[in-house]
Amino acid sequence: MSMHEPARQMNLSHSRESADTPRLPSLLPIRANGVVLEIDGNRLVDAIDLELSADKLTVLMGPNGAGKSLLLRLMHGLVAPSAGKITFDGLAMSDEVRRRQAMVFQRPVLLRRSVAANVDFALKIRRHASPAERDKLLDLVGLLDRAKQPARALSGGEQQRLALARALATEPDVLFLDEPTASLDPHSIELIEQIVLLAHRQGTKVIFVTHDVGQGRRLADEVVFLHLGRLVEQTPAKRFFSDPASREGKAYLEGKLVL
Amino acid sequence: MKHKKLMFAALSAVLLFGVGLVANAADTSIIVQSTTSTKNSGLYDHLLPQFEAATGITVNVVAVGTGQAIRNARNCDGDVLLVHAKASEEQFVADGFGVARFDLMYNDFVIVGPSDDPAAVSGMTDTAQALVQIAEREALFASRGDDSGTHKKEVTLWAAAGLDPTGSSGAWYRELGSGMGATLNAAVGMGAYVLTDRATWISFANKADFKIAVEGDDALFNQYGVILVNGSVCPHVNVQAGQQFIDWLISDEGQNAIGTYEIDGQQLFFPNAQTNGTG
Amino acid sequence: MQDFAEPFRLALALVTAGDADLFEIIALSLRVSLLAMAIACVLGLPLGALLAVTRFPGRSVVLVLVNALMGLPPVVVGLIVYLYLSRSGPFGWLGLLYTPTAMIIAQVILITPIIAALSRQVLEDLHTEYAEQFRSLSVPRRTVISALVWDGRYSLLTVALAGFGRAVAEVGAVIIVGGNIDHLTRVMTTAIALETSKGDLALALALGFVLLVIALTVNGLVMALRLTAGRHVHA
Repeated sequence: MSMHEPARQMNLSHSRESADTPRLPSLLPIRANGVVLEIDGNRLVDAIDLELSADKLTVLMGPNGAGKSLLLRLMHGLVAPSAGKITFDGLAMSDEVRRRQAMVFQRPVLLRRSVAANVDFALKIRRHASPAERDKLLDLVGLLDRAKQPARALSGGEQQRLALARALATEPDVLFLDEPTASLDPHSIELIEQIVLLAHRQGTKVIFVTHDVGQGRRLADEVVFLHLGRLVEQTPAKRFFSDPASREGKAYLEGKLVL
Repeated sequence: MKHKKLMFAALSAVLLFGVGLVANAADTSIIVQSTTSTKNSGLYDHLLPQFEAATGITVNVVAVGTGQAIRNARNCDGDVLLVHAKASEEQFVADGFGVARFDLMYNDFVIVGPSDDPAAVSGMTDTAQALVQIAEREALFASRGDDSGTHKKEVTLWAAAGLDPTGSSGAWYRELGSGMGATLNAAVGMGAYVLTDRATWISFANKADFKIAVEGDDALFNQYGVILVNGSVCPHVNVQAGQQFIDWLISDEGQNAIGTYEIDGQQLFFPNAQTNGTG
Repeated sequence: MQDFAEPFRLALALVTAGDADLFEIIALSLRVSLLAMAIACVLGLPLGALLAVTRFPGRSVVLVLVNALMGLPPVVVGLIVYLYLSRSGPFGWLGLLYTPTAMIIAQVILITPIIAALSRQVLEDLHTEYAEQFRSLSVPRRTVISALVWDGRYSLLTVALAGFGRAVAEVGAVIIVGGNIDHLTRVMTTAIALETSKGDLALALALGFVLLVIALTVNGLVMALRLTAGRHVHA
């Protein structure tokens, strides 16, 4: 397989930055105040206070069951907190806010349509679909030559790349990714990481969940480490990977079971 | 996009296809609420082409039991009633639903049964005696049980024999609640005696080993009548075409057509119309 | 019961002889039941879709009701439609009793609950799979429904066929509201009922074979359509 070169020169934020379109107010910082999620009496997310600012690529880490995915869903408004609140530059969660966010799930859910139609679907929801824009996105994720194939016939890695293209089609201000590369082929992982970094450089706030320490090192500007539903530490990436503040973080990096 | 246009086109085609159906019923058509024997025996297939050729009127026959036919006509769902239960027909006219009742034709009822003849009634002409024997030996007897003309006749025959078989309902007396054909099929299936009009019996194809056991009693006389539904009670009645149909049936031409209808050389109906109706 | 060879030969003879009456009856059966299916889909699919994606108080009661209506006895439907369309009924002035339109109405009532209940199940399963993704994309309700219907189109085709099958095979409703009138409202099933009542069981069974072949043909055509379309899933 030839290494696909994602257009480093590519501009991900298309029409939005054309000179005459005023920039919408930022959704940043994202603030969580005492956020709790209880399901059937189990405290799955426990009194989290957090502030995520615009300039850093945030990686959420922690062992399974730490509450990483749930925190992502809370911030994306897919789950309502049992207590506490989350604000986006002071705004509460609303359809309007969610429309300016996008999420890539661990298991991509693609429509039973062609590759191209999956991107068109997202483009149409935000604005008019344009074949040129769609092709640009498909080219970015290395799927342009497969545009007419059924999306569900793609490999796992290709499906996730398509899910990423679909998320980018909505031109999000905030992009959530929930372990998008778990169990994918290395080529797809590299491509996805490059595109995520590109989106980050072009001003999209990226919040990336992974439990792959190597991936965390490659991507993170800052690490938010969770354990048993609680926020254990929020640390700049360099320091986290060399000298984590918490006992749990240390154990995790050493590959020990975090109890 | 292309698919949507295609689906739209297909849907429109389907709708147009269906609208064409509605315009099917011609202006000069009438509905005859009829007993089943005249239909199942093929009489209408013999008569209606002649009438339609003479008048251009289409006759649509709804063949149900006499009881059902009278009920439908009382709901104004027909122009002409052609059944065989004189008392009920006269009541229908007396209640104002019919204009006048005309005798049209007759044949007779017969009791048919399996050839092993468990009640030993084969060859009898005394219906009452035959029914008594059937009841005594508890031989299976299949009844229409559906308030049809044939069923009404059967009820009078049992009463004339001084018996009430409904006490044995479910035992040897089986009330089918079905049309003549279904009752005959069931009787053949279970080896039961059954009362039927001769026309239906002659044209019935699933006789198996069944034969006529009892016939020739005056009590088995079967008179058919025809009535125009009252246009002043039921405003939608096609009075003119309905009257034309009745006039034709009781005319020499119609009566002759009835008399010449045969199956296997046997005449099924005997015309006996008088030109004066009662009612 | 005789063997099936004779009715089978009879069916073959009827079809190969090009019996005009038979083809008229077949054509009416197809027109009535296909149209009933189309109308039932127009009514039942949106209802099923709405039930699939919405949550409201009393929804489970509505679901139980719709599911139960799948078991409507055709005779009861025929009777109810008769009472409404009878000259003495509230819609008697339309003059629809004993017409193909009355038969279509009865069959629509009979199969709309089937289309609604089965499509609800199909679309709800699909919605369970898509719901979080749709929520993430903030897909408007209308688009959710149209996307589910489009993506579930092959399963929904099977749902429509189930409705058609029920419509084309039922006799209880159409014989009451159609009257089994020769050259006007006689369809395959009422013709079979008539031949049975005449005791001509071989002919009745032969017509039954023909009906079976019709059902097979319709299903085969739809399957072929699905296979061809399946090769070009790009919408």
